[in-house]
Amino acid sequence: MDLIRLKNVYKRYKNGVTAIYNMTLSIKKGSFVFVIGGSGSGKSTLIKMLYREEKPTSGQIVVGGVDVARLRNKKVYKLRRKLGIVFQDYRLLPKLTVYENVAFAMEVIGATKNETRVKTLKAIELVGLKNKVHNYPDQLSGGEQQRVAIARAIVNNPKLLLCDEPTGNLDPDMSMEIMKVLEEINQKRGTTILMVTHDKDIVNKMKKQVVTLKDGRLVNNQEKGTYDDEDN
Amino acid sequence: MKIIRMLGRSIRDALKSVCRNFSLSLASISCITITLIIVALSILASFNVQNFTKEIESDLTIIAFMDNDATEEDISTMKKNIKQIENIDSYIYEDKEKEKENMAETSDVFATVTKGWSKEENPLRDKFEIKVKNIQKIGQTAKQIQKLDKVAVVRYGAGLVERLVKAFASIQKIAYGVVLALILVTVFLIINTIKLTIFSRKREISIMRLVGASNFSIKTPFIIEGMILGLIGSIIPVILTTFGYLAFYDHFNGYLFTKIIQLISPEPFIYQASGIIVIIGIVVGMIGSASAVRKYLKV
Repeated sequence: MDLIRLKNVYKRYKNGVTAIYNMTLSIKKGSFVFVIGGSGSGKSTLIKMLYREEKPTSGQIVVGGVDVARLRNKKVYKLRRKLGIVFQDYRLLPKLTVYENVAFAMEVIGATKNETRVKTLKAIELVGLKNKVHNYPDQLSGGEQQRVAIARAIVNNPKLLLCDEPTGNLDPDMSMEIMKVLEEINQKRGTTILMVTHDKDIVNKMKKQVVTLKDGRLVNNQEKGTYDDEDN
Repeated sequence: MKIIRMLGRSIRDALKSVCRNFSLSLASISCITITLIIVALSILASFNVQNFTKEIESDLTIIAFMDNDATEEDISTMKKNIKQIENIDSYIYEDKEKEKENMAETSDVFATVTKGWSKEENPLRDKFEIKVKNIQKIGQTAKQIQKLDKVAVVRYGAGLVERLVKAFASIQKIAYGVVLALILVTVFLIINTIKLTIFSRKREISIMRLVGASNFSIKTPFIIEGMILGLIGSIIPVILTTFGYLAFYDHFNGYLFTKIIQLISPEPFIYQASGIIVIIGIVVGMIGSASAVRKYLKV
């Protein structure tokens, strides 16, 4: 079963720059995929189209059975509830505690108090921040903040976790910790993970499926791939 | 069930957010307060202007004197005819004997003079004091009365009355215009202040969108917050209106400069004015935040 399916997707921005050329790509349920490529290769555009921050100019994108390209603005939340998103800059709410930040994602979709509590604590435990539930984001290290963001992304058990350079702001040790957490989520929950990165070490160590983009085109898609210099 | 839960959460969030973003809330509230005070003053002023122009207008009367030889029969036909003129609201009839008594009462000199008049010698005339429905047509109505049988003279202050009526009409229009303009300015100011408040929470809104909140559930807390800000912002204007107007009314004993300019008595006027101010505050706060938040939901 394919969780993500792109067919002949083009993306051309209003300023005339074409970011994605004729891209066709399928990603299986339960897989762990790295998307790599240099600056301007279109990897950010690709991930933005998957959560409908951007619309493709032409072509078809289906994520978890939702036709993303045709999704109306008002209905975007239906897609977003099926996936979790993690960013390089964490995007936590500074005035909320760890617990509140994670619970926030449950509350805004109208979950009951009880369900929110149980799932929030579970997600926080999974990312290993059980003893920091009442801290505020500015009392945490970068790696810990990113783990809060991951907990928030997975709290309502999404089928897909999209990560846009989640280790971009972190040192190598912390990056590996984050990767361990992501791997665990992939194994334990069966969540499909798609991660955009340019961190060679991580890609080479993890030995996962690697999708390589260059100048908006898909140039390589291999199982247990590596990050080679000539790909850039 | 879910809707109720979401609504409860919205109200809780709105209250929380008013407290958490206290300095910005205070900015919005003081902006609403100041503009509402000005709106309140203009409402009080324009209602009073309207009131006293109406008072004066309703005091305007047409007086019709009958011919000296008018018989009682003539008078009763006159009474019938007068009822048929559309614009006439009511009339008071006084015959010349009554007129004589009235005159005698005003001074001793008149009293002595009028004593000598027998009923036939009485040089005074029977008269009708007539009130009209539409003051703008008073001139036309006076002409119609003039045409009736046995009517000698019709007086209504021609010229002066027309000018007065015209002036009052434009005063009312100006008063309405000022209130309306002030309300518009208030809306504009409040929308901008709330926009600032919401701009500082752009991030929060974008995160809500990312984690799958529907536009409705994002908008509702902000709209409720706007209503709360409007409500709080209208407290001081309401207090000022109520007590300020009471004090003003008492100080001037209910009229301004001359007895002609009557002020509206405070009850129930101040309650109505306060109600209008509170409603303006709430509605404007609601519109302000609804329009401000809409901008951030178009991702």
